[in-house]
Amino acid sequence: MTNPLFVKFYSCFAPTDLQRDSSGLPPGRQWCIRAAPPVAVETSVQLGFIEWEPGKDDRPVTPTDHLQGRETLKKGAVAAWPICLGYIPIGLAFGVLAQKIGLSPVQIALMSLLVFAGSAQFIAVSMLASGASAASIIATTFMVNLRHLLMSSSLAVYLVGRRRGVLSLFAYGITDESYGVNLDQFRSGRWGMGPALVLNHTANIVWVLSTAAGGYGGQFIPPGAFGIDFALTAMFICLLVFQLRDRRSVVAAAISGIMAVLLSVLIPGNLYIVLASVAAATAGLLVRPAGRKEA
Amino acid sequence: MSGPEYLFIIAAMGLVTYIPRWAPVFWLTRRPMPRWLVQWLELIPAAILSALLVPVLVTSGQPRQIDFGRPDLLVALPTFLFALKTRSLGGTVVFGMALYWLVDKLM
Repeated sequence: MTNPLFVKFYSCFAPTDLQRDSSGLPPGRQWCIRAAPPVAVETSVQLGFIEWEPGKDDRPVTPTDHLQGRETLKKGAVAAWPICLGYIPIGLAFGVLAQKIGLSPVQIALMSLLVFAGSAQFIAVSMLASGASAASIIATTFMVNLRHLLMSSSLAVYLVGRRRGVLSLFAYGITDESYGVNLDQFRSGRWGMGPALVLNHTANIVWVLSTAAGGYGGQFIPPGAFGIDFALTAMFICLLVFQLRDRRSVVAAAISGIMAVLLSVLIPGNLYIVLASVAAATAGLLVRPAGRKEA
Repeated sequence: MSGPEYLFIIAAMGLVTYIPRWAPVFWLTRRPMPRWLVQWLELIPAAILSALLVPVLVTSGQPRQIDFGRPDLLVALPTFLFALKTRSLGGTVVFGMALYWLVDKLM
């Protein structure tokens, strides 16, 4: 009675730590876990091809690519709200700072539009204030934002075969925050290029406007109101929780966190992010993936 | 600083920021990546989110020093448990903000 396909199909869901809570799973799994036990073997044969493999089967086509208009807008904007909430206080603070060194709101908005990278912009403004050379500001910006190379690479897993023009537009909006949310959504399979672009550009518009608003008089907004300074930290905490899927990812996250703390104390700048991540992901590969044993 | 000079600086900053964002999604998406690379990249999100998050919680100052006494860390622990339990991004953000606000008021 045991259908080999069924066994194979079912064994790929062995990581029971993931089954505990199906809500955070990619829909492929969610669906299978819900559907597999009650339905007949025939169905499992039909479903057999869905055998989930990270970054492979859930990669290329996401159903939401065909979403049209309003639904795409809504999906992207809804997913973007925690990012926007976090960008507003930081944007205002940046605007205030930039205005103090003599930049006009238009100049501030232009920098936010062209660069769209929070920490690099703060650093650039303080360097401008101290009279640093153009070359050193540009070189520092490059170093500070080099971490996006890693984020873009890890997003690429889910974007194979997409149009290059669209990819080039999408790349503009890759920030630490949009990376975290987009990656989680692409992984889940509920996502597509449409909502991803909406999310990126919603965040971008909010960033540009809040930095410009800061330049007009953001000093009137009390700092720390309603714990808003914690918004992005809380978002990263939850995004990290979503990524802790198996033994490997937990090990990688633990190593990366510890290394990042040590390196951040030892070396100035933010190179520690790239160094710790690369080392931790490499170390994670050495851990035997739980529940993905090929029988 | 003159207007054109400022424009040049921010344009160049934009360019050097855009290139690392763009090159991988542009070049790595042509054909499926080798399996080992995919597996490695699958671990990058957990690693990078942790590397972004943890130093914010346990270091302070410039130059950075280890500091376990920050309210951020105090609030982060229950927020982490909340995220683990609810798996809700919006809920976690609201919970974390409320708790942070409360701690800020009390301390």
